[in-house]
Amino acid sequence: MGRSADNPLKNAFASLGRVTVLFLDTMHSIFAKRFRVHDLVEQLHFIGVKSQSVVLLTGAFTGMVMCAQFYIQFHKVKMDSAVMSVVSVAMARELGAVLTSLMIAGRVGAAMAAQLATMKVTEQIDALRTLATSPVDYLVAPRLLAMLISLPLLTAEAIAISMVSGMVVAVYLLGLDPVFLLNNMVFYTGSVDIWMGLIKAFIFAGIIATVACHKGMHCGQGAEGVGKATTEAVVAASICILVSNFFVTLILNKLLIYQE
Amino acid sequence: MIEVSQLHKSFGQQQVLCGVNLKIDRGESVVIIGGSGCGKSVLLRHIIGLVQPDEGDVKIDGQSIADLSERELIKVRRKFGMLFQSSALFDSLTVEENVGFLLDREQTMSPEAIRETVADALELVDLGGTQGKKPAELSGGMKKRVGLARAIVYKPEIILYDEPTTGLDPVVADSIDQLVIKMRDQLKCTTIVVTHDTRSMRRVGNRVMLLHHGEIHANGTPDEIFNSTDPIVHKFVNGIADPKDLEF
Repeated sequence: MGRSADNPLKNAFASLGRVTVLFLDTMHSIFAKRFRVHDLVEQLHFIGVKSQSVVLLTGAFTGMVMCAQFYIQFHKVKMDSAVMSVVSVAMARELGAVLTSLMIAGRVGAAMAAQLATMKVTEQIDALRTLATSPVDYLVAPRLLAMLISLPLLTAEAIAISMVSGMVVAVYLLGLDPVFLLNNMVFYTGSVDIWMGLIKAFIFAGIIATVACHKGMHCGQGAEGVGKATTEAVVAASICILVSNFFVTLILNKLLIYQE
Repeated sequence: MIEVSQLHKSFGQQQVLCGVNLKIDRGESVVIIGGSGCGKSVLLRHIIGLVQPDEGDVKIDGQSIADLSERELIKVRRKFGMLFQSSALFDSLTVEENVGFLLDREQTMSPEAIRETVADALELVDLGGTQGKKPAELSGGMKKRVGLARAIVYKPEIILYDEPTTGLDPVVADSIDQLVIKMRDQLKCTTIVVTHDTRSMRRVGNRVMLLHHGEIHANGTPDEIFNSTDPIVHKFVNGIADPKDLEF
C-alpha cells in the first residue's frame, strides 16, 4: 500500500480501473432495475430542476458574449448576418455541452461527492451494506441514471437560451437584421450539430456521476477526507470532460460529419 | 456457527490481526475485549464481510465468505444485524424510515405491516413515539437504541455490537447493556459484543475473548477472565497501566 501510494502512475491506473468497475456495476444495476423510482425522481429534481438558474445564466451570457465578439470580427469582412449561425453551431457542437457539464460538475458533482463521503466517514455506507443493501443500487444507480437523463436536457436548454439571448443582443444592441440572422442560423445549424452536443452531454453525464460517486465512496477519514474527495471529484470530472471532449469530437466528426 | 481461522489483516505497514482463530456456536453470547486500536472492530467487520482478509477464512454456517463478491455477501449479511459504534443512522431519513429500511427495501410486507413492526421494535428499545424524528434530534443514547431497533427489526440470527456503550454515561450504558441482554434472551440469537468496557463484559457475555497483539490471547467465562492470573489479562480487566505507558 505504501509503495503504491508513492507511484502516481500506478495510482492513476488503479483509480481508472475502480471507476470503470463502478460504472459497469452501476449500469448492470440500472438495467436490472435494482434502484427505486422514488430515489430516481429525487435525483432528477436535484440535478434537473435545481440546476435551472445555473444553466440558464451560463447559456444566456455565453450566447450574448459570443454574439458581441463574433460581431466585431465579422463586421470587418461585412459578414454581419453570419454572426448567429456561428454562435449557434459553436454552442450546439461544443460550448453548450462543455460549459453545462462543467457547471453541473461543480454544482452537482461536488454535492454528490460530499454527500457520499460524509456517509462513508459516518459509517452510513457500511450500515447500508450490513442491511443487505448494495450502495451501488441504493446510492449510485439513481444518481447516474438521473444525470444521464438530465444533462442532455439541460444542455439542450443551454443551447436554446444561448441562441435566443444571442439574437436579442444582435438585434436590439447591435442593430442587425433579425430576418437574415435567423435565416442564416437555421440554414447553417443542422440537426447533426445538435445531436453532437447531446451525445457529448450524455457521455459527460456518465463521467460526472461516476467520478463523483467513486470519489465520495472512497474518501479518506474525517472532515479532511470529505473536503479532499469533494475537490478531487470536481477537478477530476472537469479534466476528464475537457480531455475526453477532444477524442469524442474526433470520433463524432468521423461518424456524423464526414459521412454526410 | 461462526468460524474464524488464521485471520490476518494489515493496513499499510500496521499488522492488525495476526492469525486470529475462534469459533462461536449458535445462540452463544460472546464478548471480545481488548485495548483501544487492538483490532476488535476490524475482527467484527471481517465476520460480517465488510473487510476482506489478507489471509485466512471466515465461515458462517459452514459457508466461507472471505472470497465472496459484494453481491454474494448481501445474502449472507441478511443473517446479521449490526449496531455501529457511531450508530450510523441515515441522517436524511426519519427514525421510522431508518428502522424499517430493510423491510421497505425487500418489499415483502405491506407498508402498514412495516409500520407496525417498526413500532414494535421501537417499543422494545423504549423509544415508542419517536418515529417522525430525525437522527439529529436524538441524544447519543437514543441513537444507539434506534440503531439497535434497526438491527433487530428483521429478526437476524446473529447480532454484532461494536462498542455499544462507548461515549455514554454509566446509567445510559447500563440501559444499553440491559437491552443487549433483552435482545439475546427474546430473539435467541447469537450475540457478539466488541467492547473495552469490563463492566459491560461481565453483564452481557457468556464467554469472553481477549484480543491482544492481533491474536486471541485468552478465552473463557467472565469469571475465569476476571480471576485469571495471566499478567496481560489481569492488567486489562483491572485497568492497570504498564509502567512504560506512563512515561510522558
